[in-house]
Amino acid sequence: MNASVSSSVTPIGAAVRRKEDHRFITGKGRYTDDMDRPGQAYAYFVRSPYAHARIRHIDATAAKAMPGVVDVLTGADLATDGLGDLICGWMIHSKDGSPMKMGSHPALAKEKVRYVGDHVAVVIAETLNQAKDAALAVEVEYELLPAVADLATATDGEQIHECAPRNTAFEWELGDKAATEAAFARAAKVTSIDIVNNRLAPNAIEPRAAIGEYDSGDEAFTLWTTSQNPHVARLVLSAFVGIAPENKLRVIAPDVGGGFGSKIFIYAEETVCTWAAKKVGRPVKWTGDRSEAFLSDAHGRDHITHAELAMDEAGHIIGFRVHTRANMGAYLSTFASSIPTYLYATLLSGQYAIPAIYCEVDAVYTTTAPVDAYRGAGRPEATFLLERIVEKAARERGEDPAEFRRRNFIKSFPHQTPVIMCYDAGDYVASLDKALEVADYKGFPARRAESERNGKLRGIGLSAYIEACGIAPSAAVGSLGAGVGLWESAEVRVNPTGNVEVLTGSHSHGQGHETTFAQLVSARLGIPIDQVSVVHGDTDKVQFGMGTYGSRSGAVGMSAIVKALDKVEAKAKKIAAHMLEASEGDIEFKDGRFTVAGTDRSLAFAEVALNAYVAHKFPTSEIEPGLKEGAFYDPTNFTFPAGCHICELEVDPETGVVEIKSFVAIDDFGEIINPMIVEGQVHGGIGQGIGQALMEGVTYDEDGQLVTGSYMDYTMPRAGDLPSFTVGMTQTRCPSNPLGIKGCGEAGAIGAPPAVINALTNALGTEDVPMPATPSRVWAIAQARASRLAAE
Amino acid sequence: MYAFDYQRPDAIAAAAAILSADPEAKALAGGQTLLPTLKQRLAQPTALVDLSRIPELSGICATTEGVSIGAMTRHADVAASELVRAAIPALADLAGMIGDVAVRNRGTIGGSLANDDPTADYPAAVLALNATVVTDRRSIGASDFFRGLFETALKEGEIITRVDFPKVEKAGYAKFRNPASRYAMAGVFVAKTAAEVRVAVTGAGQSGVFLWTEAGDILSSDFSVQAVSGLALDPSNLMSDLHGSAEYRAQLAKVMLKRALASITG
Ligand SMILES: Cc1cc2nc3c(=O)[nH]c(=O)nc-3n(C[C@H](O)[C@H](O)[C@H](O)COP(=O)(O)OP(=O)(O)OC[C@H]3O[C@@H](n4cnc5c(N)ncnc54)[C@H](O)[C@@H]3O)c2cc1C
Repeated sequence: MNASVSSSVTPIGAAVRRKEDHRFITGKGRYTDDMDRPGQAYAYFVRSPYAHARIRHIDATAAKAMPGVVDVLTGADLATDGLGDLICGWMIHSKDGSPMKMGSHPALAKEKVRYVGDHVAVVIAETLNQAKDAALAVEVEYELLPAVADLATATDGEQIHECAPRNTAFEWELGDKAATEAAFARAAKVTSIDIVNNRLAPNAIEPRAAIGEYDSGDEAFTLWTTSQNPHVARLVLSAFVGIAPENKLRVIAPDVGGGFGSKIFIYAEETVCTWAAKKVGRPVKWTGDRSEAFLSDAHGRDHITHAELAMDEAGHIIGFRVHTRANMGAYLSTFASSIPTYLYATLLSGQYAIPAIYCEVDAVYTTTAPVDAYRGAGRPEATFLLERIVEKAARERGEDPAEFRRRNFIKSFPHQTPVIMCYDAGDYVASLDKALEVADYKGFPARRAESERNGKLRGIGLSAYIEACGIAPSAAVGSLGAGVGLWESAEVRVNPTGNVEVLTGSHSHGQGHETTFAQLVSARLGIPIDQVSVVHGDTDKVQFGMGTYGSRSGAVGMSAIVKALDKVEAKAKKIAAHMLEASEGDIEFKDGRFTVAGTDRSLAFAEVALNAYVAHKFPTSEIEPGLKEGAFYDPTNFTFPAGCHICELEVDPETGVVEIKSFVAIDDFGEIINPMIVEGQVHGGIGQGIGQALMEGVTYDEDGQLVTGSYMDYTMPRAGDLPSFTVGMTQTRCPSNPLGIKGCGEAGAIGAPPAVINALTNALGTEDVPMPATPSRVWAIAQARASRLAAE
Repeated sequence: MYAFDYQRPDAIAAAAAILSADPEAKALAGGQTLLPTLKQRLAQPTALVDLSRIPELSGICATTEGVSIGAMTRHADVAASELVRAAIPALADLAGMIGDVAVRNRGTIGGSLANDDPTADYPAAVLALNATVVTDRRSIGASDFFRGLFETALKEGEIITRVDFPKVEKAGYAKFRNPASRYAMAGVFVAKTAAEVRVAVTGAGQSGVFLWTEAGDILSSDFSVQAVSGLALDPSNLMSDLHGSAEYRAQLAKVMLKRALASITG
């Protein structure tokens, strides 16, 4: 709404247009593939065509002799150089206390390949085409082993990792088993459900890419890479893979075209490019193509779950019991183990007061691409399960699902759930009521009757989701097995002329930080937003940071900026006091001016900034010159965004086509910095959520070949598939960070799938509707329904 | 992509000469199928013979029988053509349903027919309308032209120059899009002349586009939606894949037939 606002001070809560969009839309963004380094060579990976095989022998002699080939490197070369494996940074212990079984994951395969697309060798050549030509000439002798492509039977399949019998990485539990059993023993009614949470491909618009460079003078590496968290990439490549010490490894994540989680992880490709740059003495560039993305970007979701919900006579939920089998793929990716555990089971209480919960999760290897965080990461799986079973329970009780939810909502805060989380604030009744009203829930029966007259089946479905964002505090995640702390850093550099650079450890790859972070500083310091630049994504500029995922950049990243701004203001006040010859305690800072309280004597922010650098008017023995402050912010808790989504849809029983008639999302994200950006995040999330519900699904055949390897077969949601969303807000302030914000990046992807499937099960009159509910599947279900009705 | 020579002749004879002399050379029309194939290194032609600068290959003209469309005519131009719309409105509609705007602005009718993708749209129109595919060597009737999956009657180096569509009394096309690719999962073209009704189905058959003769026969005697309401398509020769079973495709063909008819009969 406020384009004109950009040259003036922008209050928090203003819908400022995104500063970065002009650059992106006019093609002036700088992505990794846009960069070329002098003398650069190109990498192309020889990938396994088989899901599971022993490598008997690799012969690269012919390939090395091909035109333009600089070198061909294999796992043996990695071993010679003593490079460590790729790691999973979150330790999970099984029920029996044993640590998770982390199968060895070399960046280039050694004895075995474990999924189609696994990295066997890298060819480095003068041109990409020469590298591709030579890749065909690398002779690999494989001894085929049975693929383990089916999650349901994977524990009985051929063993994939020596360390993991029954292909099990861990068997983990959370909650009070005895209390839960007791609840079921006295339950008046039990509802059970079997759920498959479909596997998704992340589909960032920019494929992954990397350029590694080695400066033999400085003995230092630089890696440009498509990363959501360059500092974590540096840490892993340094401390675990052992490419170089951190002070000799600079990681730059420039403009990044989307990630949805898939660019959190440290992959083989960037590892190899960095290491190889020194080996061949040339910068080495790799840009993935879309086929490689489908094969080797970490996928998301992929659970099979059986769950039961226990209720008392009056319809209060008294217990929840869950057993999930989670697909890890062939290797434990960077944060894979945390996703089906601490980001999943901890959310199983949802918005409900459930006194007893017990969850078991078996993490299982298969010969498929690794599975890790994808937008929502664990929380969509939890929400889908809970919101499906709650809906089913209400229907089985013959009760309005909205009322069943209302009865069971948590209504006072803070609320300690039986699964670790302590919710700090929320008002679930408010978002439900608003959603019911906006969706005209009462008018549904009339609309359904109208659809019926047109030969269509209409359904309505709710989802009352909660998510935990921020992933913090550090000590808490540390006690749960995280290998890192999950705070964030910020530095506010005020220049002598009063404009500002904000350095942040968060990383923007579509979220609009250049706008919202600048907006925050503009509002706080009273300077125009275009005088604030946001610097991120370079380990040489920003000292350290944890990156962007889990909707943490607002709640954690911006809070760190607030802390740094507090320090800037405090110091500037001291300087202003000297300049105004007043006592520090009398200085007030408001609207960009320092004023001596009760007088008209004041200074503009820029005047104080200049004076901080010329240092003429204060004793430098007491106050250091300059105006630059840093902060590390560790939150006191997760944040708990929540909301209610309602989907209404129509099924054409002749073709199985589902048309979403309306989608209402009422979210409580706490305080809002920029409502336009928040809405954008919600829209994108809902789009992906509807995609999961109706369209998307990664499919492997029984030989472990990827069937959905391109957009010819993997259905991405398109604008035309989606309705115009009705987005609204309720608001409870988040008490655990200074801005009162909760995070909004994943809510849509979390809340939407159960709303859609609840609407579809409502329309079709059966609880058994798998995701993705493609037209052919829906048609088959509608057919069965019709024959059932005919028989009755 | 592998290296290849690029040629851009300005006459059909010159193009034909290059293509006949080198069996590994390939004609390039809109490139919407050929270029992705090359990018994925699934083909390695020695030369591409770009047909875009041969004036006789483009353009649409009215004929005494109906309408003639040059092989290099883009889908977007067919969709927007007054001549096509006047003669066979369903054909213009079909062209407007192919792919997306970018594809329609590049892709050509000649390329689509030469490629004969079993899920492409044009084959259904050509077969149902009983059009004639004219090449630099001969004229091929629609029923002889399509020979199976990606197979046509075209000989090595033969160039489609135009397609002659006879005017019909009524025609309609209904397409059910594959949710991922947006090609046809079942596309049904119905064409009615004074003598007969022809129904062609694309997207569903195991060996590409085919005539649904049973539907045509029934409609020839009673041209109405009701006439085919009890009709079912035998799924045994239909495709079955990730996106739907043969039974589902049979169902879609039936529904698309009804919808194509409804679009004509009102
Ligand atoms: C994203 C996308 C979506 C699409 N969706 C659809 C769809 O919904 N429906 C549909 O029908 N199609 C669809 N297509 C295909 C599109 O219609 C293509 O244009 C068409 O299949 C090929 O035409 P072309 O002109 O691009 O041919 P090219 O790709 O240039 O050539 C295709 C083949 O035909 C040969 N050839 C070309 N012209 C001649 C000629 N005059 N004589 C002899 N041989 C010739 C070439 O040598 C080559 O082998 C889609 C394509 C894309 C990329």
